[in-house]
Amino acid sequence: MSEHENSSAGPRLVSNRTMDIVVALVLLAVAAVVIVDSLRLGAGWRPIEGPAAGYFPFYIGLLLTISSVVTLVRAFLDRAGGEKTFVTKPAFRLVLAVLVPLVVYIVVLGFIGIYVASAIYIALFMWYFGKYPILRGATIGVAVSVALFLMFEVWFLVPLPKGPFEEFLGY
Amino acid sequence: MGGFAVVLNPFNLLLMLIGILLGVIIGVLPGLGGANGVAILLPLTFTMPPTSAIIMLSCIYWGALFGGAITSILFNIPGEPWSVATTFDGHPMAKQGRADEALTAAFTSSFVGALVAVILITFLAPLVAKFALKFGPPEFFAVQFLTFASFIGMGRGSPFKTLASMCLGFALASVGLDTVTGQLRMTFGTAELLTGFKFLTAVIGLFGIGEILASMESGLAFAGTQAKLNMKAVLQTWKKLPQYWATSLRSCLIGCWMGITPGGATPASFMSYGLAKRFSKRGDNFGKGEIEGVIAPETAAHAAGTSALLPMITLGIPGSPTAAVLLGGLLIWGLQPGPLLFIEQKDFVWGLIASMYLGNIAGLVIVLTCVPLFAAILRVPFSAIAPAIMVICAVGAYTINNAMFDVWMMGMFGIIGYVFNKLSYPLPPLVLALVLGDMAESSFRQSMLMSQGDLSIFWANGLVGTIFGLGMILLFWPVIQWVISKALTAKPA
Repeated sequence: MSEHENSSAGPRLVSNRTMDIVVALVLLAVAAVVIVDSLRLGAGWRPIEGPAAGYFPFYIGLLLTISSVVTLVRAFLDRAGGEKTFVTKPAFRLVLAVLVPLVVYIVVLGFIGIYVASAIYIALFMWYFGKYPILRGATIGVAVSVALFLMFEVWFLVPLPKGPFEEFLGY
Repeated sequence: MGGFAVVLNPFNLLLMLIGILLGVIIGVLPGLGGANGVAILLPLTFTMPPTSAIIMLSCIYWGALFGGAITSILFNIPGEPWSVATTFDGHPMAKQGRADEALTAAFTSSFVGALVAVILITFLAPLVAKFALKFGPPEFFAVQFLTFASFIGMGRGSPFKTLASMCLGFALASVGLDTVTGQLRMTFGTAELLTGFKFLTAVIGLFGIGEILASMESGLAFAGTQAKLNMKAVLQTWKKLPQYWATSLRSCLIGCWMGITPGGATPASFMSYGLAKRFSKRGDNFGKGEIEGVIAPETAAHAAGTSALLPMITLGIPGSPTAAVLLGGLLIWGLQPGPLLFIEQKDFVWGLIASMYLGNIAGLVIVLTCVPLFAAILRVPFSAIAPAIMVICAVGAYTINNAMFDVWMMGMFGIIGYVFNKLSYPLPPLVLALVLGDMAESSFRQSMLMSQGDLSIFWANGLVGTIFGLGMILLFWPVIQWVISKALTAKPA
């Protein structure tokens, strides 16, 4: 882990202020989607029915717009916030190193089944981050998968996504 | 008393012990907390009778509350956000070789806090429920409004970020089939969005994945201290504790108040720590290993965590994210939380309350005897635990609905959780809005139908007016505070 310890030092990638602005813009976009769809459904009053389906979300969208605009303006005015670091380069690389395999894992487990995918994921994670021998990682990965299998498929009878490997075993 | 009979059957007692053990483990592990621990294990309990299931889940919650203290004191890593304040004095005590004293004080004061809160629930819950039976849609909406307003008023940090986070939750909650008109909202032709966003997916992603991403970034260097608890040290500490009764009492009050109004355990622990520092004779010593600095936050956190269940069972409004997850469980089991629960499901309610008493006693015994065991868990390197937690999160997300879509959403919420955390957008309002969104909307629409669109229904009678007025005061509390402080500085006194 020695190379990861100083991850909070190092060159800055983005400042808090920049991220504040980006997130506020994303929220504004979400608010716009909500408002447009609410208007499509009708955000007013219908006789007999009462408030239309878009009534409540419309005002939620409006509130989201207002609060995000305030955050946005504040971020623009707040020069000091530009000093604060959101994430440094080494730290971001580390986060990506966790995030990308996670995304791959999430996508893949729908195809090859959760048990096989989990075993591989745990093995590789331990090997890469923990510098474990790959065999040790694989052992633990398989052990976790088998434990999950027994607990869910056998004990609680909750089916989890399975792939060709489980089919081959007759499940 | 019938409640104890429900709890005291071997199966429920066993589940209680399993729940507490699991809870402490969840509390000790970074990245897993009460809310997502309960969320992940929720699907497993669907095969059990509801009373047993809620007993096990609430015991996980107690366990997690206890577990957070172990890591804060021994390793200076708060396992849970509410145990951050415990590290201030707990870890220095451990470094001075007083870990056993700090742990005993933490566990005992958590127990005291919880006990006071449970007693409060026992006596107050039936009254609140009886009172709430008079509630109509406008009253319910007013209470929900009060809940969300108190987040804005009591929250630390930018009220606009709180509001944005809350609105995002409401917006996500409104996705899917509109229950009143049957129209599709914001689904954009996708079949997966028909049923809307599951708040369990959100909880697992926001708190679980987000937490792990944050922990990975900071790089984990464990600098732990050894701990062993023997009975002698426990007894010695217990002798000392009564002299801090004032701190305990104050912390209980803060905790109960913050738990019932959804301030939650985390602000309660900080507030209690701050007040203890101000009132203590040895306030200057705080931060250097003062036992009062452990007692205050732990008592408040546990009192808040427990009393958060009071509004959940009586009004159907959860006081904390974990209570929100439990509420989601109740809905899945077909139990409608709220005042009627006390009439229709007496066994369930009193079983739950009885399990709070027994669960906390069992919890205290377990944590006092098993500290070395739990500390050993922490010695397992993070790089081995992190992927296992990710896998458990994925399993948890999938089992909610047997849908891959939920697993993908979990990933997305993980990223949102990570970014929101770093920019100090609070997450509890988002989760609570996601859970309560549909209920708040339908009570609002029913009220509007009753009054034919006249907003004045929200101050039409004394009851709804008072609740709504309180909500308004809380909503504008930051503004009021600002005005008062301006007025005070304007004329030098």
